[in-house]
Amino acid sequence: MTELSKTPAASAEPMVRAENVHKSYGPVEVLKGIDLEVRQGEVFCLIGPSGSGKSTFLRCINHLEKINGGRLWVDGELVGYQQRGDKLHELKDREVALKRRDIGMVFQRFNLFPHMTAMENVIEAPVQVKGETKAAARERGMALLERVGLADKAGNYPSQLSGGQQQRVAIARALAMKPKLMLFDEPTSALDPELVGDVLDVMRGLAEEGMTMVVVTHEMGFAREVGDALVFMDGGVVVESGNPREVLTNPQHERTRAFLSKVL
Amino acid sequence: MNSLDKGAAEKGRPETIKAVPVRHPGRWAGAVVIALLAAMLLSALFTNPAFKWDIVGQYLFHDSIMHGLLVTLELTALSMLMGVVGGIVLAVMRLSPNPLLAGTAWVYIWVFRGTPVLVQLVFWNFLGLIWAKLSIGVPWGPEFWSEQTNVLIPTFVAALLGLGLNEAAYMAEIVRGGIQSVDEGQTEAAHALGMSRFQTMRRIVLPQAMRVIIPPTGNETISMLKTTSLVSVISLEEIFRAGQVIYSRNYQNIPLLIVVSLWYLFFTSVLTIGQYYIERYYARGSNRTLPPTPLQRLRGLFAGKPTPKTNADVVPGLEGGGHV
Repeated sequence: MTELSKTPAASAEPMVRAENVHKSYGPVEVLKGIDLEVRQGEVFCLIGPSGSGKSTFLRCINHLEKINGGRLWVDGELVGYQQRGDKLHELKDREVALKRRDIGMVFQRFNLFPHMTAMENVIEAPVQVKGETKAAARERGMALLERVGLADKAGNYPSQLSGGQQQRVAIARALAMKPKLMLFDEPTSALDPELVGDVLDVMRGLAEEGMTMVVVTHEMGFAREVGDALVFMDGGVVVESGNPREVLTNPQHERTRAFLSKVL
Repeated sequence: MNSLDKGAAEKGRPETIKAVPVRHPGRWAGAVVIALLAAMLLSALFTNPAFKWDIVGQYLFHDSIMHGLLVTLELTALSMLMGVVGGIVLAVMRLSPNPLLAGTAWVYIWVFRGTPVLVQLVFWNFLGLIWAKLSIGVPWGPEFWSEQTNVLIPTFVAALLGLGLNEAAYMAEIVRGGIQSVDEGQTEAAHALGMSRFQTMRRIVLPQAMRVIIPPTGNETISMLKTTSLVSVISLEEIFRAGQVIYSRNYQNIPLLIVVSLWYLFFTSVLTIGQYYIERYYARGSNRTLPPTPLQRLRGLFAGKPTPKTNADVVPGLEGGGHV
């Protein structure tokens, strides 16, 4: 795989920009003002204890969760809303769906469609959403399954695959829509330890090709090795951010230090 | 090859265990008692002259019984079709974020589930008493088209409306249960791929809900086959009514009731078998292996072996683990 230039021009629009993002469920405030920027081609890692709001923030990026305050842009466009004059208008379901096409998402619990084979999972969205022909989608689907090392499992149902294999099919499924941004929600947390490596290898390959990735993870090794930026979240706020190697080896904040001492 | 493998190879495969299985004397005693009772019942059935088996044989394929049977089957199929389609629409409405749709579905289910189907049938039959004619036009304004209610809704249609609309209310609850049994993550994954709400429902949620929906729907179909006998009260000549008409003339009540019962029993059996194979079809992908067939279970019962949970335990692809 060729390594693309990973230094975007300073003027380039950030892929994700969050400004004072708030999110609450009823009286419970989960995100209390998140500010961050994910540049094009960057591997952006979100770490933090459970309940810190990192997964919620990730889900806000493709509008699986609606934000209550602040602004969130993906590739220069507001997420879930449209600015007309000085008023924000909610987007229709159809418009939201249109934007989600360009954002791939990988879930902690894979969420493969259990009634479809690996191949059917991969070609479902290209055929149904983009209207590609089955033949074309299959051809590309095969290439994607090959890429995640599962060409021989194309005809298997998810229940016949191991967790690691399922997660790699899920990555292939997301890539089939040719996304410009990939979101990973703790992609290896539900896996047996010996299966984690295969999934991380696939993600590493994606990063090398220059895919912009936002990764919620507990894999500090992955963050250190592949990450371009890292944010430590706790209690719904960004506590510390910076270069992963610096933050992980020399955390500035007490809470970061306490967290890292538990997980490293 | 490591030393452990080598050791195993040298020792060779051990002999397969041939132990004496656990005996079940209670089962054998029970079987004897049941066989005795069954023999008594059969002898009573065939020796009591009141059953008049010759007359049963005579009327089993009688023309008006055959015609009634056809009406019963048509009514069952069409009512269930109305019930399933209506049930899916109502269930999706009830789960809709739109309060108007959800409320409408709720009221529909409340009314149709809250009144007896027998009463509903009679109501549809007497619709002409409420509105002598039905018309299409501007409300309180001019009419474009109208027709006598009794012409528009003959007895068969009244029966169909009564059974089908009632069934839709029950099916709605079954479908809703099925839809809600599908993991939320499935909807999220579909939405994240850019699929619309409709696509997600049709392609992802409903096919998975089917596994939960099919068994009770099979029960509903079997129940419907028998419930059609209620339409005899509005003088629609389905099989039960056909039998009644015959025995009101020749007074052979018991043999004709047996004829009718045999046909119900025959078709409920056919439906049961059909249901079994449809369930197997929708279990694909969700179970690693399919459940055993009834024949396999029967064989296990008296062999003293536990019922096998699955009929194939080796699945290709599992032994591959995570590495490629």
